[in-house]
Amino acid sequence: MNRYPVWKYAIIVIALLVGVVYTLPNFFGEAPAVQVSSAKSTVKVDDAVLQKVQTALQAASLPTDHLALEGTSVRARFDTPDDQLKAKDVIQRALITDATDPAYIVALNLVSRSPDWLTALGAKPMYLGLDLRGGVHFMLQVDMQAALTKKAESLAGDLRTMLRDKNIRHGGISRDGQTVEVRVRDQATLMAARNLIADQFPDLQASDVPDGSDGFVLRATIKPEALRKVQEQALKQNMTTLHNRINELGVAEPVIQQQGLDRIVVQLPGVQDTAKAKDILGRTATLEVRMVDESSEARSAEMGSGPVPFGTEKYNDRNGQSLIVKKQVVLTGENLTDAQPGFDSQTQEPTVNLTLDAKGSRIFKDVTRENVGKRMAIILFEKGKGEVVTAPVIRSEIGGGRVQISGRMTTVEANDTSLLLRAGSLAAPMEIIEEYTIGPSLGADNINRGIHSVVWGMVAIAVFMCLYYMVFGVISTIALGVNVLLLLAILSMLQATLTLPGIAAMALAIGVAIDSNVLINERIREELRGGASPQAAIQAGYENAWHTILDSNVTTLIAGLALLAFGTGVVRGFAVVHCIGIVTSMFSAVFFSRGLVNLWYGRRKKLKSVSIGQVWKPEGDDHRSVASRGNSN
Amino acid sequence: MEFFRIRKDIPFMKYALVLNAVSFITFALAVFFLLTRGLHLSVEFTGGTVMEVAYQQTADIGKVRDKVASLGYSDVVVQNFGTSRDVMIRLPVQKGVTSAQQSEQVLGALQAENPDVTLRRTEFVGPQVGEELVHGGLMALAMVVLGIVIYLAFRFEWKFGVAAVIANLHDVVIILGFFAFFQWEFSLAVLAGVLAVLGYSVNESVVIFDRIREAFRKFRKLSTHEVIDHAITSTMSRTIITHASTEAMVLSMFFFGGPSLHYFALALTIGILFGIYSSVFVAAAIAMWLGVKREDLVKAPVRKEGDPNDPNSGAVV
Repeated sequence: MNRYPVWKYAIIVIALLVGVVYTLPNFFGEAPAVQVSSAKSTVKVDDAVLQKVQTALQAASLPTDHLALEGTSVRARFDTPDDQLKAKDVIQRALITDATDPAYIVALNLVSRSPDWLTALGAKPMYLGLDLRGGVHFMLQVDMQAALTKKAESLAGDLRTMLRDKNIRHGGISRDGQTVEVRVRDQATLMAARNLIADQFPDLQASDVPDGSDGFVLRATIKPEALRKVQEQALKQNMTTLHNRINELGVAEPVIQQQGLDRIVVQLPGVQDTAKAKDILGRTATLEVRMVDESSEARSAEMGSGPVPFGTEKYNDRNGQSLIVKKQVVLTGENLTDAQPGFDSQTQEPTVNLTLDAKGSRIFKDVTRENVGKRMAIILFEKGKGEVVTAPVIRSEIGGGRVQISGRMTTVEANDTSLLLRAGSLAAPMEIIEEYTIGPSLGADNINRGIHSVVWGMVAIAVFMCLYYMVFGVISTIALGVNVLLLLAILSMLQATLTLPGIAAMALAIGVAIDSNVLINERIREELRGGASPQAAIQAGYENAWHTILDSNVTTLIAGLALLAFGTGVVRGFAVVHCIGIVTSMFSAVFFSRGLVNLWYGRRKKLKSVSIGQVWKPEGDDHRSVASRGNSN
Repeated sequence: MEFFRIRKDIPFMKYALVLNAVSFITFALAVFFLLTRGLHLSVEFTGGTVMEVAYQQTADIGKVRDKVASLGYSDVVVQNFGTSRDVMIRLPVQKGVTSAQQSEQVLGALQAENPDVTLRRTEFVGPQVGEELVHGGLMALAMVVLGIVIYLAFRFEWKFGVAAVIANLHDVVIILGFFAFFQWEFSLAVLAGVLAVLGYSVNESVVIFDRIREAFRKFRKLSTHEVIDHAITSTMSRTIITHASTEAMVLSMFFFGGPSLHYFALALTIGILFGIYSSVFVAAAIAMWLGVKREDLVKAPVRKEGDPNDPNSGAVV
């Protein structure tokens, strides 16, 4: 009766194999490495870069045991941290020509030492959380109200222009929070304004309210869909900007994630200098529009053959071409509400479309009228260093606040330019609402502490189980080991981030998993005490215990799932491991351990006794109690 | 080896009243301390900045406290963390000063006095995050309770569901009472531990309920309290061994896990001890008070043995 069909053993063997393969990478540890990634969206890291790195390393005779292009970065693995540092210098010298404006990020990193065949199978080690490897964690909250107010402001400006264009007379447009109010005198104008909003402003919805005696007020609010879109864009743009800035820090594996509707989590493993990180994250780039000086002195200064004329400054564009611009600022990034890549409707050329707010459009109209045929430069200032993003020629007077920049641009360039222009002003201000820094020594301490707790706890349980339940104790212990193996394998497959609370959850999962084996072993003893034959006792013990195990594990799982659903951060990490641990424990403690028992005892036809420790039987019939009555039934 | 040689069923339910009174008093004390002393919430809930600094030699806590106070902070907590060389400094949220400025200012002041001091860890939490955590924690608790009642009502009977939840919520309140009485720091990890305890002790109650159901079916002549006594007695050995094993693991965390897991392990220890007590003495007793009968659990008295469609068939021997 205690035989497993072959397919059940096959499942066990497959589960064990998969478990071993996916757990293995965690044991190889990490090797020092140098990682090269792109610092600019226009620069791609490809095979050519890989070749360059390879030749540079060969020239310096630095041996790497692994050099490959992984995703969007090149990684080179070294034996010692010493080699790693040398290699970083060598690669930096080979790849970066202009130190003030690097095209690549060369960062120190740690990569798994696991062999290639494991990586080829998709087996990767778990990612260590910040509390285990050290680093900085920030949670930033985007001020969505500010983004929405900005949007409402720009819509108010657009509405004003549009009403003027259509000759609809109004008694003033004002913005109250996120609603735009238009005052009109009569019913006809109200209708006209209303239709205009319905036709031309898909983002607005209008409702009218009577305004005392002298007319009507049309209230336009941003539609919920548009609100969501504005929020999404604000968040995305902030994330893009953060990405660009973090690239400067040279962090090997930064994590920039959206959390909820209005939050961004930034994790910088290995970074210790929080002050610098915060400085860079919080920095706002500014955008300025200035006129280009096109006098002959300026021309010669541009060529480098003359001094920079008085009242002007020299800036370079991204290709290193210099340009002389006047010091007087026409517009700043504050007046720019949006910049998007697009296509010219006539020539099908890629363009960058700018949207200016009301004040910006007025100034822009005046300036362009007076300077037709001249060039204007848009300059991005970051770290106090200016860079000319684009310097187009003004073809005609531009009113209405919608500006199109076109001419000799590729689609990629149009994309980059609009990204840079948008970066000039963060879509909405951000505030750091959570921050923690963990030193690398503390991280290493935490790993050791976690491992020690798990190992010593397991040893204590294993020793006790083996002494108390003999062979069945050994089987329980093996099952417990398999539980840990499967738990680690699943966590590695999911590429879960391992944190200290996660390790604690693992320890607890082991402590709770042993319950199933204790239940089974106690049941078998009870059956033996009741006089059942060994084979029947095993069978009945497992059968009876299974129902209890299922019920008790499902209740524990309910608690785990609730934690997973409502917990954040620490609690969530704990809950993930907790839930997976319960599921794996049901497999290992019941299915797997039964397999072992069947293999050991099941094939013996005439089994006289099983080694499950001493089974005490109440003596004599005078003391027959309820307890013994139950078992002799 | 066999530790438990129990000849007769121990008449636990005879003392149900006394046992329930004991747990009611403990519960009332816990509530009293929670109300009067309150929980010492960690910075994750309250918002503020925590810094952990390490000295080369034993740190002079008094000096550090004076130094930080001289920077104009009130309500600062300075204490040892783990070893005598590690110091934890807790600063309240200050309007207009960012956490970066706070921690740099404090570290600067400490380094001016003793250049050896290094920053191990800083943590800053804005006040809005804390509120969400409290909300999330309460939601999780409500969901756990609801989920367990529904599951147990479905698998056993509503009386068991209610009994298990009351018994185990009483564990949770008692753990919180301990934290309030000793003013131990209540952090997110502790919250996770407390909620895990809830699941864990329900697990314990379920094992006993399972036996009660089985005993009702097996022994037609026994009264309800005799059945409960039998169920508790026959799971006694398993209860002690399982909890001893889990406790071994938790103690291992307590001793080797370092300061970060210290209170987590402590919460689990209290939870495990009271979990045994409450599921053995409280949950079963409440189910008894609620009037659990044989008919509640053994639906059809005459039925085929081992009917595969019967969810309880496995419990039939």
